[in-house]
Amino acid sequence: MSPFLFWIFALLTLIFGAAVVINRNPVASALSLVASFLGLAALFMSLNAYFIGIIQVLVYAGAVMVLFLFIIMLLDLRAEEGRQINWLTTAGGLAVALILLGQIFSVVRHFAIAHKRFPPLPESTIDDVRNIGAALFGNYNLPFQIVGVLVLVATIGVVLLSKRQPR
Amino acid sequence: MNSILPWIILLTPLSSAVVITFFTLRWKAVSSFISIAAVLVSFTCSCLIFTQSGITAAEFNWIDIAGAFKVPLGFTLDQLSKTMLVLVSGVGATIHIYSLGYMRNDEGKSRYFAALSLFMFAMLGIVVANNFVMLFIFWELVGFTSYVLIGHWFYRDAAAAAANKAFITTRIGDFGFMIGILMIWMATGSIVFSEVAPRMPGLAGHPAFVTIAALLVFCGAVGKSAQFPLHVWLPDAMEGPTPISAFIHAATMVAAVVYMLVRVAFVIQASQTALLVVAWIGTITAAMAALIATQQNDIKRILAYSTLSQLGYMVMAVGLASNDAAMFHLFTHAFFKALLFLGAGSIIVMLHHEQNIWKMGGLARKLPITFITFTIGALALIGCPPFSGFFSKDAILALAYERNTPIFIVGLLTALLTAFYVVRLLVIVFFGDTRSDVARQSKESPLVMTGPLIVLAILAALGGFGFFARNFLTLPTETGGVLFVPALAFGAVIVGSGLAIAIYRNRTGDPIDVEILRHKFYFDEFYAWLINWTQELLARVSAFFDRWIIDTAAVDGSSRGTWGIGALLRLIQIGNLQAYAFLFGLGVVAIIYFAVFR
Amino acid sequence: MITLGDYLIVSGILFVIGFAGVLLRRNLIIILMALELMLNAANLSLVAFSRFRVGPAGLPDYNVQVFVFFIITVAAAEVAVGLAIIVALYRTRQTTDVNDISSLKF
Repeated sequence: MSPFLFWIFALLTLIFGAAVVINRNPVASALSLVASFLGLAALFMSLNAYFIGIIQVLVYAGAVMVLFLFIIMLLDLRAEEGRQINWLTTAGGLAVALILLGQIFSVVRHFAIAHKRFPPLPESTIDDVRNIGAALFGNYNLPFQIVGVLVLVATIGVVLLSKRQPR
Repeated sequence: MNSILPWIILLTPLSSAVVITFFTLRWKAVSSFISIAAVLVSFTCSCLIFTQSGITAAEFNWIDIAGAFKVPLGFTLDQLSKTMLVLVSGVGATIHIYSLGYMRNDEGKSRYFAALSLFMFAMLGIVVANNFVMLFIFWELVGFTSYVLIGHWFYRDAAAAAANKAFITTRIGDFGFMIGILMIWMATGSIVFSEVAPRMPGLAGHPAFVTIAALLVFCGAVGKSAQFPLHVWLPDAMEGPTPISAFIHAATMVAAVVYMLVRVAFVIQASQTALLVVAWIGTITAAMAALIATQQNDIKRILAYSTLSQLGYMVMAVGLASNDAAMFHLFTHAFFKALLFLGAGSIIVMLHHEQNIWKMGGLARKLPITFITFTIGALALIGCPPFSGFFSKDAILALAYERNTPIFIVGLLTALLTAFYVVRLLVIVFFGDTRSDVARQSKESPLVMTGPLIVLAILAALGGFGFFARNFLTLPTETGGVLFVPALAFGAVIVGSGLAIAIYRNRTGDPIDVEILRHKFYFDEFYAWLINWTQELLARVSAFFDRWIIDTAAVDGSSRGTWGIGALLRLIQIGNLQAYAFLFGLGVVAIIYFAVFR
Repeated sequence: MITLGDYLIVSGILFVIGFAGVLLRRNLIIILMALELMLNAANLSLVAFSRFRVGPAGLPDYNVQVFVFFIITVAAAEVAVGLAIIVALYRTRQTTDVNDISSLKF
């Protein structure tokens, strides 16, 4: 994929990701997150991971973010008015985050194979749905089933948690 | 050639003790019979082997650790030990028969005879032991059985306390003895007498070591024979039955010490310093005991202190490097001291266990046989010729005159004091008016008690003469000053007796009152104070340690420390989600730093 | 040319943005969203590695993509439960401020 497109979508992801954190309005945050996910999906596509890209859009942007918006509206959250910002904790948090960033940069710079190009794929279109499906239902059948059970449990949990307590 | 007789002598009293303890405790008459039979068997066998010379007994190895430490169980059967065997078993037989009469109404009779048989076994063991370890084992056994016998009437506090005192005091001496034995083994590599004796001159290069070893071995003697400063137990041991006082503390146990000293003389004589110390301790004991005896009012106590005094003389003789003189005095002393104690026992029983001499008096008419035999014994004790005591005491004084003048002077003065307090005793008990009702109603003792008295009186009278004694011992040779010393000694006797008669004739109370003597030089009080002080100190140190170091520092410390650390760590639980996330982040940064950048 | 390192750097920055969001925002829902950002950053780096390891058949390593699939699924389930908890919390405390739910202190 041409570097230009890569950088466009990367910047999209990052800027909207920052917007999620910086925005006061929760709805605006949620919508920024959606945009960020879309950018991420594009990046997945650029890595020839088509299935994952589609799933990202369908599940994350489609289902999870919708859920977020529903909850925000249910709770009727307003934009938060600024309370006093505790500069000490803010500074501390930022410091830790920045140090982590610095460490990641340093690691990637010294990572030898990170400077190699991607090996070329023989075919430009690959049937990755079939391949992922084969791996999923073949080698990883058991974890797949367990994740199914997990989702069931989560559903039951959600139902239980949101029941109104009878007074 | 090996004979089984020595083993029979040793083991018969042991089997008697075992049989009585395990089987016949209920039947008192049977127990006494078994015990007396055993001692008579031992006595007969002793007499038998006395006549044979060159007799040996089979010995067998008890412990043998690669030749480095060998403890055999064997016999020494030379003239000296054969004599002692006859002496011990003979006097023992007399005591057994006497006990039959003295203890006839006692409810612990079986127990008494069992202990008495065990004592015989231990005593005979000491006499025939041929090595230090065997000697020490029987030594300890004698201490134990004397504890049992002194505390025979254990339900009386005084008797129980006296038994404890005896055991503990002698134990202190035995501890020193054990260390001395270990030192000798370390130096010479063996504990058998016949092997150690020739090796002693080889240690001449280490005089300090030899002196210390000799003095430690002597320590055991100091304890068991109640020399100064461990003499405090002997007078209290009179709490036991009178035959025991006669046997153990007059004739055998304390004398066994002198026998032991003679046996291991090769150790003590290896060091001149040790000899001097031994002689002086003996002298001090003799003088001190004689001084204390002049102020005592219990008949058995007076005799106990006189035993202490005579023992002092024997130890003095050992210190002056004459084993023969010591053994001679031991020999004669056994007879007249046993006689005196048995006589006192006869008086006590007939006066319904009254022991205060000021409550007696005029008993010469009431108990004639006792009076005569007692007087013979008394005269022998003070060294009045021609009785046996004169010869043996005179031999020791002659030795002292030759070798060490200060000791001679003290010895002579002690002889004077001896005469003084013995005649005091005689005058108060047997002459004058009867001073109490029990005295007025007393009569002579039965034959079972007076019989032994008569036998012992004859021996006490004749025992000193050469023709009798030479069969048993080698007599000490008389050298210079042949007439001078006996004359001085006799003079001391006359002066002392005269003083006593003059002061104590026709009295109802003691005119002289020297408090320090009456309180036995305050030794008991001093020891009690010492023990109290030591224990107090130890208790305070322990209390301090317990209260401050264990309680406060360790226990409280650890609990408060844990609480404190907990209080510190608690501060991390803030409950704030973002704070926890922050800490997570810190942790991750740290881990990455240490994993990747180091 | 785009190298693996570029994707990793993008993923790292995204991760740190999400982490900063968790530390600095007070609203619980925003925190949850920032958490989602972190998960997605991880997904991105995994997929980058999957593309990088081309197997003998000339295909990317699909095992990793299966892993990413599972992460997406589990994240979805987790968001659902998390939001349900927040709703329950809002009903009792009437607040979604994270500093108000600190009763588990010493």
